Amino acid sequence: MRKSKALLFEMSHAGRQGYSLPSCDVPEKPVDELLPRKLQRCEPLDLPELSEGEIIRHYTGLSTRNFGVDTGFYPLGSCTMKYNPKINEEAAVLPGFAYLHPCQPEETTQGALELLYNMEQDLIELTGMDRFTLQPAAGAHGELTGLMVIQAYHRQRGDYKRNKVLIPLSAHGTNPATVSMTGCEVIQVPGDERGLVDLKALKAVIDGTISALMLTNPSTLGLFEEEIEAIAKAVHEAGGLLYYDGANMNANMGYTRPGDMGFDVVHLNIHKTLSTPHGGGGPGGGPVGVKECLIPFLPVPLIDKKGEGFCFNYDLPESIGKVHSFYGNFGVIIKAYTYMRMMGAEGLKQASTDAVLNANYLMNLLKKTYHLPYDRTCKHEFVLSARREKKKGAGAGDIAKALLDRGFHPPTVYFPLIVEEALMIEPTETETKETLDAFAGAMEDIAKEINEDAEKVIHGPYHTVVGRLDEVRAARNPILRWNKEQQL
Amino acid sequence: MKYNIVDDLWYTEKHEWARREGNTAVIGLSDYAQDKLGEIVFVELPEIGAEVEAGKGSAVIESVKAVTDLYAPIDGTVVEVNEELIDRPEAINSDPYGAGWVYKIEIKDEGQLSALMDRQAYEKYVIGEEEK
Repeated sequence: MRKSKALLFEMSHAGRQGYSLPSCDVPEKPVDELLPRKLQRCEPLDLPELSEGEIIRHYTGLSTRNFGVDTGFYPLGSCTMKYNPKINEEAAVLPGFAYLHPCQPEETTQGALELLYNMEQDLIELTGMDRFTLQPAAGAHGELTGLMVIQAYHRQRGDYKRNKVLIPLSAHGTNPATVSMTGCEVIQVPGDERGLVDLKALKAVIDGTISALMLTNPSTLGLFEEEIEAIAKAVHEAGGLLYYDGANMNANMGYTRPGDMGFDVVHLNIHKTLSTPHGGGGPGGGPVGVKECLIPFLPVPLIDKKGEGFCFNYDLPESIGKVHSFYGNFGVIIKAYTYMRMMGAEGLKQASTDAVLNANYLMNLLKKTYHLPYDRTCKHEFVLSARREKKKGAGAGDIAKALLDRGFHPPTVYFPLIVEEALMIEPTETETKETLDAFAGAMEDIAKEINEDAEKVIHGPYHTVVGRLDEVRAARNPILRWNKEQQL
Repeated sequence: MKYNIVDDLWYTEKHEWARREGNTAVIGLSDYAQDKLGEIVFVELPEIGAEVEAGKGSAVIESVKAVTDLYAPIDGTVVEVNEELIDRPEAINSDPYGAGWVYKIEIKDEGQLSALMDRQAYEKYVIGEEEK
């Protein structure tokens, strides 16, 4: 049963029924009285017909195929598949929060406002910024908000020529996409042989048309940009601002702050650094923090302290406007706030310490077997190259499949683009030494198998519900929906 | 040499090629580039009449591994695009210098073309890339 791949439609038997509806408790009326004929469907709905037991087994079976941090090691580099503490969920469903309506008057929602206010104060302390908006729904949304704030700042000063944004080659793909969304032009900044931003090359492209530099620190290579102060100085001297992509803030908590490094705007991915659930289409959170000079441009409303209580502040005439309905995804903010309060300042620092320690431990185990292009102390993640294995016949994608057979979720593959056959590994802070050793063992085993029989590896996985999928055909000719005619 | 590198083309460090045809140049991706990208599943072509600038993105190539810009080898105005690639992007994989051509431009500056790498120089460059 667990291996069954049949769809509900394919399991259907005419006349079988798995529901019993209660009798109608309002007077029944003919459909024609309620809906005009032209809006009515003429053919019956072709729904699958199954028994209750079949449906339960089908969905329970599907649920056992999920792979998550709660079921196994998930070192998906750059995505930070961090453990989501269960207490976060309990806090978010407290009736006092869960039953609030966003249109309730301010004086009846003081507790919620206090939480949002306190969350902002904690983020200010964590990042060294001056104010935050909690509205953006995720990291990329935060990037757009932050760049719009920067553009509004330049324009308010009458500075209309700044339409270029500098982005290093190691950046997340969302950065150039965000720049395009704001109508600016991307200028790529090359890296040097250490994998860091090439300061000389950066200085060569800086001029009076630069709006901002977007930088992730540590970068997607897991390396800390050591020259950040010189970088910040060069950009600021030319009148540009610095944008901090907070994707990797989980490596820095309690050690260094973007505000102290010279950044003017920062977004945080709270599903990464602050342990809220990841993926599945949200809801997410991407708070954006700014320095003093940019506060007037933040989305409205801000939440201010007023006497003993809290209030919405809509009085920002130069605001870029709202970027989300109401006040952002409140439930997710509750989860992040719960995590921060549970951990405390020392606990958050410890999380970064352990994330960095785990990454360095695993990197040192794996560099004995795999090529490590940038061999220096890393932060929370590192990038191996499977180019040697590729020459023997099996590359990063094949290694990923082989890991599935060994019970591990693969690392990120083929990103960042600056590393050929990239395997990007982020163990996170919660993993034990035993888990890291087991993963390293599996990776060594795969390397050995590629040496002995690469052909076998390129046809895997063998023990998963489905084997090697035809990714090319899926991309070129996607079938997105079940279709009765197609089956016949 | 593992990769097919042919005569009479000019190559860039980003692995595009340009072939001169009168006052126009045909642009495509080298065999090395298509091999590194893997199977190509989607191509976004430039518009006819668009101005392309040397070193700037001019088309988008998507493979199962990555989405990447095709940088224009030289300046020019797009006069023709290979619409066959919309339905058969895999032509870049199977025939990068023939059926897999991407677009054709009117050449602005002849000098830009001869400043690119010829076959021998590009061969050396690819060997260097492989040894890195």
